[in-house]
Amino acid sequence: MNPYLFGYLAAAIVGLSAVALTRKNPVHAVLLMIVMFFHLAVLYLGLGAEFLAAVQIIVYAGAIMVLFLFVIMMLNIKEEIEGERFTGGWPLGISLASGLFLLLIIMTGNVLPGQQGIYTAQVIASQTDTKALGSVLYTQYIFPFELASLVLLVAVVGAIVLAKKKLR
Amino acid sequence: MPEFLRTQVMVILPEALLAVFAMAVLLLDLVVKRKGILAALTIGAAVCGFFALSGTGGGGSAWGGMFIADGYGFFFKIIFLASLVLSVLVSSRYLIEEDINHGEYYALMLFSTIGMMVMASAGDLITLYLGLELMSLCLYVLSGFIRGSLRSNEAAIKYFMLGSFASALLLFGISLTYGLTGTTAIDGVAKYIAAHGLAGNPVLAFATVLYVSAFGFKIAAVPFHMWAPDVYEGAPTPVTAFMSVGPKAAGFAVIGRVLLVALSQMSFEWTGLVIALSIMSMAAGNILAIAQTNIKRMLAYSSIAHAGYALLGIIALSPEGLASTLSYLFIYAFMNIGAFTVVTLLTTKGVKAEDLKEYVGLSKTHPFLAALMLIFMFSLTGIPPTAGFIGKFYLFTAAIKAGYTWLAVVAVVMSAISAYFYLRVVMYMYMKEPEGEVKLERSYGARLALGVTALAVLVIGMMPAGLVEFARSAIAGFRG
Repeated sequence: MNPYLFGYLAAAIVGLSAVALTRKNPVHAVLLMIVMFFHLAVLYLGLGAEFLAAVQIIVYAGAIMVLFLFVIMMLNIKEEIEGERFTGGWPLGISLASGLFLLLIIMTGNVLPGQQGIYTAQVIASQTDTKALGSVLYTQYIFPFELASLVLLVAVVGAIVLAKKKLR
Repeated sequence: MPEFLRTQVMVILPEALLAVFAMAVLLLDLVVKRKGILAALTIGAAVCGFFALSGTGGGGSAWGGMFIADGYGFFFKIIFLASLVLSVLVSSRYLIEEDINHGEYYALMLFSTIGMMVMASAGDLITLYLGLELMSLCLYVLSGFIRGSLRSNEAAIKYFMLGSFASALLLFGISLTYGLTGTTAIDGVAKYIAAHGLAGNPVLAFATVLYVSAFGFKIAAVPFHMWAPDVYEGAPTPVTAFMSVGPKAAGFAVIGRVLLVALSQMSFEWTGLVIALSIMSMAAGNILAIAQTNIKRMLAYSSIAHAGYALLGIIALSPEGLASTLSYLFIYAFMNIGAFTVVTLLTTKGVKAEDLKEYVGLSKTHPFLAALMLIFMFSLTGIPPTAGFIGKFYLFTAAIKAGYTWLAVVAVVMSAISAYFYLRVVMYMYMKEPEGEVKLERSYGARLALGVTALAVLVIGMMPAGLVEFARSAIAGFRG
């Protein structure tokens, strides 16, 4: 991946997230987040993960964003804008987060790449990422995959239990 | 079915059976008007699960080592199934009294149990994470099950927010481990660390901190305990009973799998952390419990303190220590569910029975119930001849044998402090005059659960050999 492109994407993702976080108007925040999601998708694409890029757009920029917008429609925007954006504890939060960030920066020198599996970048590039993902997801990882289906089922049932107007 | 698939399915048979039952409960909920039938079905599921477990007990691993059905997992699954059955027995009447008698309740309990069982058998960090999410998601919903109650809503949202945060920490830890070792298999990680001399690597140490934080959250150890009092208080009481036992045991199960197996080479780094967690939990749990006037909050702080005790066996880093933690969790399941069952029995329409004052003079109005509560309080304090004493005895012995005499002394001092608030309940029940009539819930299930838990607490207290032997044999094949 072109280092300049990566630099731009990384800076844009961090910058857009920071700007989205500080917006008082939730609609602005959500719109900035969509732009951020698209940058993220391009980043995945540049890394040869085209399936992840597509999912990023369909699921995050598509489905989850719509959900967010629905939630925002139920808010009283005027009231939201008048209130404070952050609660009183934010200096503590930001110092903890930056401390963690510094720690991670210091540690990057100790990152040793682990053992490589059979799916090297060349192999994935030759048979496409989607095919490689599918062939392990439905064989080697079939058990976690089925387990994830239970997690999703519980999410659906839970949402109905908590939100349905009248349960029998 | 092809032979290789059949052997694989046989290994996960208990979980698969429970999943089938859970979905059956969801479907039957549409046609069944009497939800008691669903409760019976849930208990039936647990019984089937139990028999399937006994059949496949030491059944080896499946799905390329992602799922391990060994004695260690078997022991924990017995705890989960027992706590499921007991909580369901307690629930059925409570749900009617609180007007939340919906069939989804039982399905969510079942799914949550499946999640815990997967956690206890996880051979891969991905399986572990998915099991943990399955368990937690169900619990978030269950704690908010009284939809009309603000406290229940608060409990659910708090649990969800902080729980998701803990999950994120866990995922971050898993991704760092994967980056360093190139594998998510738990024994694969251990092998890679040993082969490449990664022990003491700062990034891996950071991942270890993340694991300890995430699991500390699940077992409600200080400083990751903040959610526990509010959630325990707001959630429906049988759910509180369930989640103070099952998920805590599941948290310990994955601590065993990750800290004692995957990160066994990093034990120098994590024992310090876990010791700190253990001391803080015992101290904060027991001291803050003194100030509580709400019995559910008091039991929440007590459960924090008990997480601290149980960690002693992990710190000991010996088979004996692990066995003592296992048997302690087993005992804790019965005594804690027993105490919560008493609270549930006193909850009738419009009466919460959560304030300590409502226990005043219980020995005069309901002598038998008061006597049982006395047994549970004695057991939680650790007074012989109850099971709680045995559990603590083995934990403290394991800690001393591992050279942590000072830690055992701290634990004993903290247990002495805990006597104050446990015995205060007993004092209220026995030494004060009743202030009016106390009604009991009309529930045979809860009475049965009460009988079973009290009997278990007394029998284990007097004849602990069987349980201790069971715990020892459970960890015999544990690679730690």
